[in-house]
Amino acid sequence: MIKSVLLSAVTALALSTSGAVAAGGGDQHIVDFDFSFEGPFGKFDQMQLQRGLQVYTEVCSACHGLRYIPIRTLHDAGGPSLPEDQVRAYAAQNFEIFDADLDDYRPATPVDHFPVNDGAGAPDLSLMAKARAGFHGPYGSGINQFFKGMGGPEYIASLLTGYTGNEKEEAGVTLYENTAFPGGWISMAPPLMGEDVDYADGHSNDLHNVSKDVSAFLMWTAEPKMMDRQHSGLVGVLFLSLLCFLLYLTNKRIWAPIKNRDAT
Amino acid sequence: MSGIPHDHYEPKSSGEKWLHSRLPIAGLIYDTLMLPTPKNLNWMWIWGIVLTFCLGMQIITGIVLVMHYTPHVDMAFASIEHIMRNVNGGHMIRYLHMNGASLFFIAVYAHIFRGLYYGSYKAPREITWIIGMLIYLAMMGTAFMGYVLPWGQMSFWGATVITGLFGAIPFIGESIQTWLLGGPAVDNATLNRFFSLHYLLPFVIAGLVIVHIWAFHTTGNNNPTGVEVRRGSKTEAEKDTVPFWPYFVIKDLFALVLILAVFFAVVGFMPNYLGHPDNYIEANPLVTPAHIVPEWYFLPFYAILRAFTSEVWVVQIASFVTGGIIDAKFFGVLAMFGAIAVMALAPWLDTSSVRSGRYRPMLKWWFAFLVIDFFALMWLGAMPAEEPYATLSLIASAYWFGYFLVILPLLGVIEKPLEQPKTIEDDFNAHYGSPADSVKSGAAHSATPAE
Repeated sequence: MIKSVLLSAVTALALSTSGAVAAGGGDQHIVDFDFSFEGPFGKFDQMQLQRGLQVYTEVCSACHGLRYIPIRTLHDAGGPSLPEDQVRAYAAQNFEIFDADLDDYRPATPVDHFPVNDGAGAPDLSLMAKARAGFHGPYGSGINQFFKGMGGPEYIASLLTGYTGNEKEEAGVTLYENTAFPGGWISMAPPLMGEDVDYADGHSNDLHNVSKDVSAFLMWTAEPKMMDRQHSGLVGVLFLSLLCFLLYLTNKRIWAPIKNRDAT
Repeated sequence: MSGIPHDHYEPKSSGEKWLHSRLPIAGLIYDTLMLPTPKNLNWMWIWGIVLTFCLGMQIITGIVLVMHYTPHVDMAFASIEHIMRNVNGGHMIRYLHMNGASLFFIAVYAHIFRGLYYGSYKAPREITWIIGMLIYLAMMGTAFMGYVLPWGQMSFWGATVITGLFGAIPFIGESIQTWLLGGPAVDNATLNRFFSLHYLLPFVIAGLVIVHIWAFHTTGNNNPTGVEVRRGSKTEAEKDTVPFWPYFVIKDLFALVLILAVFFAVVGFMPNYLGHPDNYIEANPLVTPAHIVPEWYFLPFYAILRAFTSEVWVVQIASFVTGGIIDAKFFGVLAMFGAIAVMALAPWLDTSSVRSGRYRPMLKWWFAFLVIDFFALMWLGAMPAEEPYATLSLIASAYWFGYFLVILPLLGVIEKPLEQPKTIEDDFNAHYGSPADSVKSGAAHSATPAE
């Protein structure tokens, strides 16, 4: 028994090597931000997601799309949970969608997705928080990712706060020095300066908080069913543990006569 | 079915007789479930049930996923996001399927190493072993093609690298690669055929699993002592065995549920831990990822593939002797497939007359190194192709081949085995005390419940 458990544990540890040596260079500096949704019982902070949505809408959406996100999901429980009328108003006020039937642009509705926006060559942000790993190693062991998570949102927040202010020009492109970006030089100009948006809930809008809010929002766009999933996982683990205990007792009892043990 | 004497199914009611004379299915089920099983099997004999469960789970979750998935390069990635966001329970089904592959491979590696240690591959179980190796190969093919379907960056580039291996075959390689891909590069035709085969192969595996079970039900299970069940008479056999139902069904279910509890924790709380972040970026033929890394379960063999570079003297000799036909790339491919081939040949490479590693003092150590070597290769497979990892990979690869090609044949000659128990019953009683000790009445094997 102990042997097989040990073996499984060793296997689990060893096989974590794959994700560990991911895309990153060794020179990245990722700050371990403290998010409300970390850990098995973590929850999205509804107010933070709403603030993050505001940052995305007022700043990021100028260059980045969210092509896989239906606008209606802003109403979903476990997400920003905007009231339905606000979702409708939000869609109509902020985005225009090209409608093939009309052969023209019209205001977005909740059933539309956030528009694709690749005009500036900026990557889509729908899955960004799962497409980057903030934490690696040590030595390809995956231990850091086991304890801290994959680090996608931490990577985004570190990137947004990681500009040093240095610039250089290469082949006609201005590059900005960034301590979180692999290679150290990124073509995106610093998007946030702090106090870029005014929060209705009066939350601090300094660079640190704005970056953190939009990173949390992007974690939600990448994994909108996170809280459902954790709930399913918890129920699964509890019921399986109970079944496991019952099977343990059954097994012990039926084997007792074979093993010449007392059946009780 | 089994060579071990035991009770067979006897139809009693007229309905049973009616069915039995037309289709003896009840008899088949009875004989399968009541198979006499060595009673000293330890906890490493649970992986078969885990594997069977995994196959079932992957097929069921897979069939549901197919209902919502679109195998087209322009839509595949978006259809996965559709499953994750819009399909009822889709995110759980997909994560179960995704991590189910990992559970499948953890179980298969444990199962294989169990067989290697206890000599389960030895006569008369060679066919069981070979069928098992075929299942393992089919699993690798299925898993590889399944990983391509989400059409992320690692899907695309993994497919490019692995199909490129076939391109390394001299003369005909390029044609084979084009034929596999359905074109000059990984594209829509590739995605479509991989999808088709990913759906087909699990059923091939299911067929092979039936043959695998049939084979070892014919020979009987191996057991930790490697000593055969006595087959002189039914009474004799019953001292060494208990029926599979209920004793091992319940034991295996207990182990399975324990493993599933851990599995559900992984799926629920860290479903992307074993994955690669790059696969959440849609495939782009114009952008190559910084490191192309296969899934963890391929890493040991990927390390062997990469270990043999043109700087290695074995490769240089091979290249010189064959006039350059075997270059470093082709050598690597041969080594990778060879690593699995030598494992499949274990029944004929192992010269020892003793089956179980428990009674082989030298094999114990070499086998322990093999397990360490396997994990070392797994780690090295994920490391960048640079020093010191290149040299370490070479050493680790050499040990893998050395174990099967040198150590196994030699040990049979030089090793002095320990004494084995005469019977399974002796081994079992040595563990749990003989019936005479605890049942004072002397009615030894009537197995009276002590109430």
